[in-house]
Amino acid sequence: MTFKRVVVTGLGALTPIGNDVPTYWSNLAAGVSGAGPITKFDASKFRTQFACEIKGLDVTQHIPRQDARKMDAFTHYALIATDEAIRDAGVDVETLDRNKVGVIWGSGIGGLKSFEDEMIDYARGDGTPRINPFFIVRMIADSASGQISMRYGFRGTNYVTVSACASTNNAIIDALNYIRLGRLKMCVVGGSEAAVTRAGIGGFNANRALSERNDSPETASRPYDKGRDGFVLGEGAGALILEEYEHAQARGAKIYAELIGGGMSSDAYHITAPHPEGLGAFLAMQDALEDAGIEPSSIDYINTHGTSTPIGDPQELKAIYQLFGDHSFKLNISSTKSMTGHLLGAAGAVEAIAAIKAIEHQLVPPTINYVTPDEEIDSRFNLTANTAQARSITTVMSNAFGFGGHNAIVIFRKLS
Amino acid sequence: MSEIAQKVKNIIVEKLGVEESEVTPEASFTNDLGADSLDTVELIMEFEKEFNLPIPDDEAEKIATVGLAIEYLEKHIGK
Repeated sequence: MTFKRVVVTGLGALTPIGNDVPTYWSNLAAGVSGAGPITKFDASKFRTQFACEIKGLDVTQHIPRQDARKMDAFTHYALIATDEAIRDAGVDVETLDRNKVGVIWGSGIGGLKSFEDEMIDYARGDGTPRINPFFIVRMIADSASGQISMRYGFRGTNYVTVSACASTNNAIIDALNYIRLGRLKMCVVGGSEAAVTRAGIGGFNANRALSERNDSPETASRPYDKGRDGFVLGEGAGALILEEYEHAQARGAKIYAELIGGGMSSDAYHITAPHPEGLGAFLAMQDALEDAGIEPSSIDYINTHGTSTPIGDPQELKAIYQLFGDHSFKLNISSTKSMTGHLLGAAGAVEAIAAIKAIEHQLVPPTINYVTPDEEIDSRFNLTANTAQARSITTVMSNAFGFGGHNAIVIFRKLS
Repeated sequence: MSEIAQKVKNIIVEKLGVEESEVTPEASFTNDLGADSLDTVELIMEFEKEFNLPIPDDEAEKIATVGLAIEYLEKHIGK
């Protein structure tokens, strides 16, 4: 059978450096950091006291208050990013065959704060459970895709993928395959996370994943720099409208790019540490190129996972060199986590948007805070240090790896 | 209106996002005020919390309108 082609026709973003796609992109291009002291709770006793938070958001401008209070922040973020993506796609929801529109969302954790608050409340009582009836539905990760479907009446395939920081890329790849097979005409994909909470910061501090550069939050996320000391926790959401090419054409939609392939693998190695030689990353990138039916030399830009952890960053570059050979030094590499922080399950969503906007603007957003080269990293890589670089961009790869050893890679290409 | 009745009204307005004028004694939580079964459970819990009064499940099931809630609470509070 012939596979259907899949294109991207709408984008929505709610990020630490911009609450919509135009602001997000202009700050990416300008190299703006979204990090600052934590405002969501008193972090004075935590090893890490900063994060990349969402700023200036009034949820009730987007969601009626009585509905909003039944949802965790990660679901608020999901709905707000989806609203923008739907508007951007210019779809008339009423005229769509909504039984053929799916929602496949990603979240690494789900409603962490809802869980935390309810259990703290319980622990303060005398042991009698007075659990709020909305507790479970606020907390479970799939409530995001459920709420999106209810808001728009999308009755196709609906679920949430959970593979830690690879979650959204898994969601994108699943939707790609359903549309290719003709099972869906359109699918809302994306991811959201809201883990800047006591449990989130405390938990990632405990496994030594976070930067502790409290004296300089905005320079703390520094992928590939010798002084990197862990990732900076971010929060927010990204949403993409994936659509069958002919369906998009028939309604005269604006097409950002074609989603040409996805690759997945598992490290089968360690629950938090990546494989030292980047084996899982290599296999997933190879799988993605094969799925897309392209040669490594076609890739112009890789938006890397590059979280700014001491061991994670070099292994990804090793895998890139192993797969791309000398082409590794011709393509651009950047980690936009240097600006957004690490949005965990939503990382793949906001980074896919960065990759697609890079094609649109023929501009590679930078890796900021790159100050001191690390001798462990080959100096021939073009890490797009500190300043965006204009270049011809046809094909981009976006990488995501998660605790548990999950690897998921997506490839977008300018429509030809 | 009694202090209890006013507090009950406030809770209903806050939780269900309805106008105070809709919260009449005859108003049914589910039929008139747009509550679903989970909203109703939450309302009862809020009454329990506000008035520090445990409401047994078999009693809670009977509290279907604003008036029945006020009546129940006025009868049981302070005893």
